Amino acid sequence: MATVERDPLTGTETTGHEWDGIKELNSPIPRWWVFTLWVCIVWGIGYVIVYPAWPSLSDYTRGFFGYSSRAELASELAQVKASRAGWLKRFEEASVVDVAKDNELLNYAMAGGRVIFADNCAPCHGSGGAGAKGYPVLADDDWLWGGTLEQVHETIRVGVRGTHDDTRDSSMPKFGVDEALDKAQIAAVADYVLALAGGSAGDAAAKEIYVEQCEGCHGEDGKGLHESGGPNLTDGIWLYGEGRDAVMAQINNPKHGVMPTWEGRLDGVSIKQVAIYVHSLGGGQ
Amino acid sequence: MSEATATVGAVPTPVAYDEDIVKKLFIATVFWGVIGFVAGLYIALQLAFPVLNLGLEWTTFGRLRPVHTSGVVFAFGGNALIATSLYVVQRTCRATLFGGRALAGFVFWGYQAVIVLAALGYVLGITQGKEYAEPEWYVDILLTVVWVAYLVVFAGTLFKRKEPHIYVANWFFLAFILTVAMLHVVNALAVPVSLTGAKSYVVWAGVQDALTQWWYGHNAVGFFLTAGFLGIMYYFIPKQANRPIYSYRLSIVHFWSLIFLYIWAGPHHLHYTALPDWAQTLGMVFSVVLWMPSWGGMVNGIMTLSGAWDKLRTDPVLRFLITSMAFYGMSTFEGPAMSIKAVNSLSHYTDWTIGHVHSGALGWVAFVSFGALYNLAPKLWKRERLYSMRLVTYHFWTATIGIVLYITSMWISGIMQGLMWRAYDSLGFLQYSFIETVEAMHPYYVIRSLGGVLFVVGSLIMVYNLWKTARGEIRSEDVYEEAPGTAPAGAGS
Repeated sequence: MATVERDPLTGTETTGHEWDGIKELNSPIPRWWVFTLWVCIVWGIGYVIVYPAWPSLSDYTRGFFGYSSRAELASELAQVKASRAGWLKRFEEASVVDVAKDNELLNYAMAGGRVIFADNCAPCHGSGGAGAKGYPVLADDDWLWGGTLEQVHETIRVGVRGTHDDTRDSSMPKFGVDEALDKAQIAAVADYVLALAGGSAGDAAAKEIYVEQCEGCHGEDGKGLHESGGPNLTDGIWLYGEGRDAVMAQINNPKHGVMPTWEGRLDGVSIKQVAIYVHSLGGGQ
Repeated sequence: MSEATATVGAVPTPVAYDEDIVKKLFIATVFWGVIGFVAGLYIALQLAFPVLNLGLEWTTFGRLRPVHTSGVVFAFGGNALIATSLYVVQRTCRATLFGGRALAGFVFWGYQAVIVLAALGYVLGITQGKEYAEPEWYVDILLTVVWVAYLVVFAGTLFKRKEPHIYVANWFFLAFILTVAMLHVVNALAVPVSLTGAKSYVVWAGVQDALTQWWYGHNAVGFFLTAGFLGIMYYFIPKQANRPIYSYRLSIVHFWSLIFLYIWAGPHHLHYTALPDWAQTLGMVFSVVLWMPSWGGMVNGIMTLSGAWDKLRTDPVLRFLITSMAFYGMSTFEGPAMSIKAVNSLSHYTDWTIGHVHSGALGWVAFVSFGALYNLAPKLWKRERLYSMRLVTYHFWTATIGIVLYITSMWISGIMQGLMWRAYDSLGFLQYSFIETVEAMHPYYVIRSLGGVLFVVGSLIMVYNLWKTARGEIRSEDVYEEAPGTAPAGAGS
């Protein structure tokens, strides 16, 4: 077009193009836009010279000071390790009982144990060891495998029904499913167990079944045996549910929980720390 | 088919544009939009209240999340893009669609089939496991065929244009269609286990797979959600404002710089991973330099109002379009900032990313689409104007407040989450466990859901308004006060 068309509202030239009524102004590109773009480009060129950037067929440019995110991570981890070296040495040399006697180590273990517990144990045992159905409470004094510091430490180390050769292991027979007891006998022995829990003597006939089938693991008085992992039946704590039906179900076809073997998952120092923490939750013996 | 008149200079040339297909796509856009928004709200509520997953595998977060993302990006956004691009390309080329009604119809029905097949697969647990590219091989192949047909319709129409030049909106649409085809085909390359089974294995593995995935993923943002929707912006803002585009030169420079830079930016999704350092550096640098090319679109969009700013006061449809530009500008500044490694080390894997995505998806993509839908409805159904401009205003404010609640809660939640992850106590132990960060985020998840409720409510107001408009009803209401000498609000041109 020979004559330049101008937009009446702004007085700016148009390009003379038009599509479906849409025209274009010929405004210059804003200077701040061009300036900022150049600043970004110059910065970008500088950055790709300073940092690793350009690949060749078998290598890449390393930049001015050989930055590497892997080396950065390795050096940060090395720093952390160095800053903990003194502590780690003391922990390695001390037994878990010694740790508990040394106030400095105890403080450190509680701080570390809290984090280890929250990320590794709390998903099953609940925060603060509150427990859930099937997942033992760690904040009470009912211990399946013993509540002394050493016992707790050992249970964590080897796990329960875990992969360790010395793992804590027990398995209650399936009295009902394997037809060792009939339904009436299961009901009778369940009532007997509930009577024990309630502090009364219970039915004499049912006691015979108890003595024959249960006493070996749960003890004569029903207070359980830590050596065999037989739970205490008299403390009103029922891992797989309260009441006659739940007890009968457990006798009929028992459930068994699994806790992983933590040796190999956590280092020895961490296991000591988390044992101290768990022991402190409320029920440590 | 409808008779419309395109004017060039003083010579009117009647062209019978195919608007039937645009109507169908318009309806699909609104339909899938509401489904996608509701799916998003539902899974946002699940994050705040996990019991809402109902304990059923089909309604778990993992199955429904891709329903939401594909629903809003590909079903809502995709239909909006196909609808507007086929509308715009006809009018700005003064040509009917290449391939006629049959080919366009195939694109429409084929694309809806892809959406339904993909969503069914997600709910049933059939997935390729690649984010934003979850559909299995049989859907991928169908999509490829449909997409090529779409390209043929669009490019064919450009070839037979009666205008000497190609309008800038069409550059963006074409870049979007071509690049998405390339991204989809390369990223989805897979070998099916059998021709009668759904399962396939992607040919990429390890870090190459990760890089291919984010080359695809980031450019789904770059070419689908940015370039494509800039095409919408370049037609509907000047139309709705009845003003010329601000700067032709800026549109050329920012188009080519955007297209050139975006394709390299994907590695910023893989900072501090197994991806080699050199690729991380380049991804970050290209992302930062991308800042101004992205903003070129915002400058051109917003400055198109120069000389006519008063229209923002009286035209709520234009307000949607211009606000979308503001959100666009905000998220295209936030994006380069988050690609910087030091920032990324805090923001990555946190809710900050979710907030960033939604300021773009809700504020930019959805708002510019709403603006286009409101502009199109009276034209497609040959009505004098929209049923109600007041309802557009209510939609605007409901949705805007919803977006603000969404993104501010996710900023706070995300930055808090990132800081909690890296907090150490005085003895050098991590201060917080993962579950403690989740507990701390709960209130923000509730606020985010509230934002989602408002956004959904806004979209339902729109559905009602568009439905009434299509039926030809006009609500009796006070018209917005006009500044002297301007076109009636909503009439566009």
